[in-house]
Amino acid sequence: MKLLYFAWVRTKTGTGEETVSPPDSVRDVAGLIEWLKRRGSGAADAFADPSLIRVAVNQDYVELDHPVIAGDEIAFFPPVTGG
Amino acid sequence: MIRVQREDFDVGAELKSLTDGNHQIGGLTSFVGLVRDIADGQSVSAMTLEHYPGMTEKQLSEIEAEANRRWPLDASLIIHRHGRLEPGDRIVLVACASAHREAAFEACHFLIDWLKTKAPFWKLEGTPDGDQWVASKSSDDDAAARWAKG
Repeated sequence: MKLLYFAWVRTKTGTGEETVSPPDSVRDVAGLIEWLKRRGSGAADAFADPSLIRVAVNQDYVELDHPVIAGDEIAFFPPVTGG
Repeated sequence: MIRVQREDFDVGAELKSLTDGNHQIGGLTSFVGLVRDIADGQSVSAMTLEHYPGMTEKQLSEIEAEANRRWPLDASLIIHRHGRLEPGDRIVLVACASAHREAAFEACHFLIDWLKTKAPFWKLEGTPDGDQWVASKSSDDDAAARWAKG
């Protein structure tokens, strides 16, 4: 699956985009975040407070219990500040 | 119609082309957002807008479609810029045209309120203390919530 990071989530993870293959035990967004936090200090810092993170799967906003599968485009970012 | 672009836009020309040839339109409203030179008491020398290509267009199209479902609009337009901007620069244009003013005013207000909480843009402000990501405001959430259907 393809992961995208924006704004300060991008600066904390140190990358804007990566492709990952998490184990089958990762079934939803919450599980994916926990798996990412264990992979590195940048992700652990970015996801330290999940309430600050918004998530989109295939470009639609989702909640933490939304399922994730191979081939998904999953984006993590702070609350938006456009306009 | 929606557009996401780096370039500036000409408000007069955009409004003219939006209504040209449609003589059923009796009212045209527009909102233009500009870069301020001060935020929360701190001077701002520049602002860089990051966005999520693809999702931005998708969300703006959905917001525009929702406005057209709620109000009898003859035409609507959202232009949102990204990249580096300076104080005084235009950021966003929202325009709505309808037979009568009520629909045009309300739809325009709805679009800018919803855009601020749903379109995936993030502002990075250049300040004397360095670059800082702008935090979202609960007042923006409150403004958008007014339009939620009960």
